[in-house]
Amino acid sequence: MMNPLIPLFVAVPLAGAFLTMILSRFITAIPRYMALAVLLFLTFISFWSLITGGDGSSVYTLGGWEPVEGVPIGLYLIHDGFSALLLCLISLVGLLSVTYSVSYMARYTSENYFYSLFCLMIAGMNGVVLSGDIFNIYVFLELSAISSYALVAFGVEKNELEATLKYQVLGVVASLMILFAIGFIYWSAKTLNIADIRTVFSAGYDNSYYLLIQILLLTGFGLKAAMIPFHAWLPDAHSSAPSPISAMLSGVLIKAVGIYVIIRLFFNMFEVTEGMSIVITTLGALSMAVGVFLAIGQWDIKRLLAYHSISQMGYVVMSVGIGMILMARGIRSEVAALAITGGIFHMLNHAAFKGLLFLNAGAIEYSVGTRDLREMGGLAKGMPVTSATSLAASLSISGIPPFNGFFSKLIIIVAAVMGHFYFLALLAVIVSIITLASFMKFQRYAFYNVEPGKIRNDIKEVPAPMLLSMITLAVVCLLLSLLALPGLRETVLSPATDILMDQFKYSSQITGM
Amino acid sequence: MTVYWLCFILFLVGLYGVITRRNLIKIAISLSVMEFSCFLFLALIGYTEGGVAPIVDTADPVKTYVDPLPQAMVLTAIVIGLATTAMLMAVIIRIYRKYGTFDIREINNLRG
Repeated sequence: MMNPLIPLFVAVPLAGAFLTMILSRFITAIPRYMALAVLLFLTFISFWSLITGGDGSSVYTLGGWEPVEGVPIGLYLIHDGFSALLLCLISLVGLLSVTYSVSYMARYTSENYFYSLFCLMIAGMNGVVLSGDIFNIYVFLELSAISSYALVAFGVEKNELEATLKYQVLGVVASLMILFAIGFIYWSAKTLNIADIRTVFSAGYDNSYYLLIQILLLTGFGLKAAMIPFHAWLPDAHSSAPSPISAMLSGVLIKAVGIYVIIRLFFNMFEVTEGMSIVITTLGALSMAVGVFLAIGQWDIKRLLAYHSISQMGYVVMSVGIGMILMARGIRSEVAALAITGGIFHMLNHAAFKGLLFLNAGAIEYSVGTRDLREMGGLAKGMPVTSATSLAASLSISGIPPFNGFFSKLIIIVAAVMGHFYFLALLAVIVSIITLASFMKFQRYAFYNVEPGKIRNDIKEVPAPMLLSMITLAVVCLLLSLLALPGLRETVLSPATDILMDQFKYSSQITGM
Repeated sequence: MTVYWLCFILFLVGLYGVITRRNLIKIAISLSVMEFSCFLFLALIGYTEGGVAPIVDTADPVKTYVDPLPQAMVLTAIVIGLATTAMLMAVIIRIYRKYGTFDIREINNLRG
């Protein structure tokens, strides 16, 4: 089955970015409506593809280059269970961020550049998620990375420039490691197609090359995903960017270009080996634990949220790593499936609640004019909607039922216990408790704690488009917890787990054999 | 084999420069050195001893051709490299205007 909508995921935002720049010369108000229209369209087609796609995946061959004797020769865009979820995530969080930007970005100049870069970033991320060719992944990754460098620096003040410099230097080093690894892959496999590389490597490989490629790719994408030894750029970049961009970066960019690609490559391109899965699990557990400890001492709201992003991504990687270890040992595949499902579910949930938290932080900055928790207090009275939505997001991230974070963390911890990883399960519980403590601090200092003499009556609620985005995301946080129900879990999350765990499904859909 | 090792050494030279240099311009140059080592590596992969340009000649079917795919990759990668270098330079010029220095030790508003 072929879904004719697939190329539109990349083409429409690219065209949007281009037209925004041209048309804004004639009509000044066009950029925001153009971006809104593009994202609305993408949201519609991504959900439509998710619903109608079902179990099956569809492959689009660019230029119509069909495989010859089972060897793919063209470029492929692949829409399967896993990429469908990521596409929905990117479009939905993107749409809400643009809605939010309509009011938020009014205080900045050059709106047309902002919306144009935003569309480019979306095109890059959609491309990374859909591409079935490793060099193509690199090209789309650079597209989204370069536009995000520019968006982080959008305020062009001292802090923004310093943050973007760090982000950029580390980002370029990461990209070059990935490019070097792609060179090695092409050298030893003589192909760039992910499924074909799998076929070539499964026929036999030189172990030292294989290890070098894996380590280069893990370092490169680990830098992009800000796993713990490589995290230095994330808190600066995510806290200095304009808030809707922080929501995009933390909510979807580190997942689409970091975690997604790591998972995709290590499941569908390389064979799952025990050594590598232990490395990945360790990276995840380390990020989870160290990230939350770094977050405790922060007083800048956005910096606190950025460190929590590292910690929550650690949950995803650790959980997927547990699944990989069990797969490599070839035992208890139902527990492995549960762990991977938990990881993917937590990834979706994190996009919803971390996007919402960054939008809340932006709303506070918009109304109060500071990001320092010590200078706030009693905002709950002036900003009831922001307060309520941020409470929902805080409860989600700390894992309190009935919000979505509880269910995904529960699945992860249950899978860890069932796989006999008792230490990791304990660590996950402890990190969750510290997260709760950290968000209680956030809630108390920002919204409730009123010191005498510091009561501020001049605080007003933010404009309607910003409220709309925050309320929608809060509802999404609640609705996502429905995915834990047995019926929905099988239809939405299981196709993603299947495509990762099945050894042959991914490659057979391309070669048609 | 030696050329591949030289390529890898060039990559490491660039990485060393990124890590040890204090001047922003020198960091940008080191990143470019890394970039070019990657391009060189890709171009070397496609090279075949005695190969000619890959235009299929029906009169002489036994001709050896160089692999055209890495060359296409290098062209794409050079364009991307141009974009990243331009972006980096734009940011460095802005930083010089704000801070009045290229020294990375004095650009430390953000901690951690």
